[in-house]
Amino acid sequence: MNFALTDEQQMIVDTVRSFVETEIYPHENEVERTGFVPPELGQEIARKCKEIGFFGCNFPEEVGGAGLDHTSFTLVERELGRGSMALTVFFGRPSGILMGCNDEQREKYLLPAVRGDKFDALAMTEPDAGSDVRGMKCFAKKDGDDWIVNGTKHFISHANIADFVIVFIATGEEQTPRGPKKLITSFLVDRGTPGFEIRDGYNSVSHRGYKNCILTFDDCRLPSSQILGEVHRGFELANDWLYATRLTVAATSVGRARRVFDYALSYAAERKQFGKPIGANQGVSFKLADMITEIDAADLLTLSGAWRLDQGLPSNREIASAKVYATEMLARVTDEAIQIYGGMGLMDDLPLARFWRDARVERIWDGTSEIQRHIISRDLLRPLGA
Amino acid sequence: MKILVPVKRVVDYNVKIRVKADGSGVELANVKMSMNPFDEISVEEALRLKEAGKAAEVVVVSIGPAKAEETLRTALAMGADRAVLVETDDAVEPLAVAKILKGVAEAEKPGLIIVGKQAIDDDSNQTGQMLSALLGWAQGTFASKIELGEGKAKVTREVDGGLQTIEVKLPAVVTTDLRLNEPRYASLPNIMKAKKKPLDKKSPADFGVDTAPRLKVLKTEEPSGRKAGVKVKSVAELVEKLKTEAGVL
Ligand SMILES: Cc1cc2nc3c(=O)[nH]c(=O)nc-3n(C[C@H](O)[C@H](O)[C@H](O)COP(=O)(O)OP(=O)(O)OC[C@H]3O[C@@H](n4cnc5c(N)ncnc54)[C@H](O)[C@@H]3O)c2cc1C
Ligand SMILES: Cc1cc2nc3c(=O)[nH]c(=O)nc-3n(C[C@H](O)[C@H](O)[C@H](O)COP(=O)(O)OP(=O)(O)OC[C@H]3O[C@@H](n4cnc5c(N)ncnc54)[C@H](O)[C@@H]3O)c2cc1C
Repeated sequence: MNFALTDEQQMIVDTVRSFVETEIYPHENEVERTGFVPPELGQEIARKCKEIGFFGCNFPEEVGGAGLDHTSFTLVERELGRGSMALTVFFGRPSGILMGCNDEQREKYLLPAVRGDKFDALAMTEPDAGSDVRGMKCFAKKDGDDWIVNGTKHFISHANIADFVIVFIATGEEQTPRGPKKLITSFLVDRGTPGFEIRDGYNSVSHRGYKNCILTFDDCRLPSSQILGEVHRGFELANDWLYATRLTVAATSVGRARRVFDYALSYAAERKQFGKPIGANQGVSFKLADMITEIDAADLLTLSGAWRLDQGLPSNREIASAKVYATEMLARVTDEAIQIYGGMGLMDDLPLARFWRDARVERIWDGTSEIQRHIISRDLLRPLGA
Repeated sequence: MKILVPVKRVVDYNVKIRVKADGSGVELANVKMSMNPFDEISVEEALRLKEAGKAAEVVVVSIGPAKAEETLRTALAMGADRAVLVETDDAVEPLAVAKILKGVAEAEKPGLIIVGKQAIDDDSNQTGQMLSALLGWAQGTFASKIELGEGKAKVTREVDGGLQTIEVKLPAVVTTDLRLNEPRYASLPNIMKAKKKPLDKKSPADFGVDTAPRLKVLKTEEPSGRKAGVKVKSVAELVEKLKTEAGVL
């Protein structure tokens, strides 16, 4: 057993951290104040990310990526997690599911996405289908060799900057012993396709400037050549490639928690009340002890999930554990950090309140805490027949 | 032409330095170490000269403990071609560093040595100057611009009064100042290649250098805290205080 990072991994961590500190931190307050990222700034971050060869680093070398293993890529995500998501989204990490592209689609979607010439977004969620994604209403009806799509997706992250969207759409239904089950197909949909619209979504309390969008399909005609993978096999494809995105949420939570912790630790040492540093009271110092213990635990849980993926071991339950634990840890850590700061922790002058607000969504997206607990418990109980 | 760049492993510039309780030095246990920022500037400059076709090879050298290999790997990940580690666990003073570097320079025969003007740990600002004297080469210190010509280099120096431009004959030693350039990030492809690039290990004895200290550290102290300032009401009052209280006018 060896817990040490390799030299390469350490250098990756150092490089991404210093990139985030230098290229992301200085713009955070402005993005937070305006809720907006100037397009030139986003392009500049993407350009610098390409320059240092990190763009699309989660992809294999044969398609232009860097071929990082899951552990190294999780470290990248962890360090990026320190910075504002509205900005780090330009540190391009296209969706791994694009590896499901066929030869023609590779040229049009996969390769440009890994090069950074095209941005992608991914849409499953609908107003009436969140945790229960299979309950989606968005439907594609076959018409010759085309599909006619109608329906709505919402909460679709950064579709505002996307050139194309990977959309999951119901294409049929099959009867199973447990009732009818929708068959889902994944489509590649270009911005500008007639009948397809990308609109501004809601304003979120978390991650200001990181937009979510509403997608509408109104008799939108898509040729079969836009199908990613096979007809009716959308979720199988998603399971092949998207299992790692939950790990991403865990990793970013750990990175952000460490940034928050550094604030809390130094404030506890510097802030004096009653003639001594507030950290001299166990009421404060024990908070710090619990915070760092939980951060380290979440870090190890997350990295071991990544390591399991690299070993080809079953990882579904372990990754769900990492996701639920790391995101709930982040909620506690950001809350306690504000407590340690007292009144100043709530003020816009410091980033503490932002970290606290941003933490809230992590327990919801990419599968809520409840859904993660469902995955974990089902994995334990199902083999026992319960 | 070959460029030699010495790099030093120092406490990271972000770390809040703490003096050891017994005053024997600063706390190094469990402290983040990085490449001396002035040396990053030197590596960057050497890489730019190479990319501009003015140099063929960039060799980095570090004198220090086995862990200094990490610092060399960082330089390799930035794009340097080859590394030399002169391994020693002793604290090596500027004169001994300069003597070892002279040995490395005699073996490597670079056309230019780019040295940080100082290391941010002991701030000696001596190594480059001593090295140039030992080698009998020209020196251009505190460079904010370096232009290579045929057998010579034009160096713009940051001096108290402003900028001074000098011409030096090659081979030469140039020391870098903060404004020379902005060092690049290590790129991912170079990070992956760094491990495969050659790294030679040597010892000070290989260059016949005795690193025994010539200086004795008597005591290390925290700088005294800054005193609270005062507000003045007018320029006249400011000038008055600068004359009478600060004694600087
Ligand atoms: C800012 C933001 C960005 C997003 N980006 C994307 C994106 O890019 N693409 C995308 O497809 N989706 C995206 N989502 C959607 C996200 O994945 C969903 O919000 C999430 O899956 C939960 O769905 P829901 O919000 O509809 O809540 P619901 O599913 O309606 O859940 C409501 C509550 O019921 C609980 N619940 C539901 N079912 C169960 C059950 N079986 N057992 C116990 N409790 C249950 C949930 O845990 C939750 O507490 C985003 C969401 C947000 C907020
Ligand atoms: C929105 C807002 C409105 C306010 N309005 C008013 C107002 O109208 N009038 C007014 O006078 N004040 C007002 N306050 C101030 C408020 O009462 C203080 O913020 C509060 O008393 C805490 O003080 P502090 O923020 O300086 O935190 P600190 O006292 O610095 O506390 C920092 C942390 O150290 C902990 N701590 C401190 N001492 C100890 C100890 N001995 N043992 C254990 N833990 C300790 C605290 O519990 C806290 O977690 C307001 C504050 C806010 C945020």
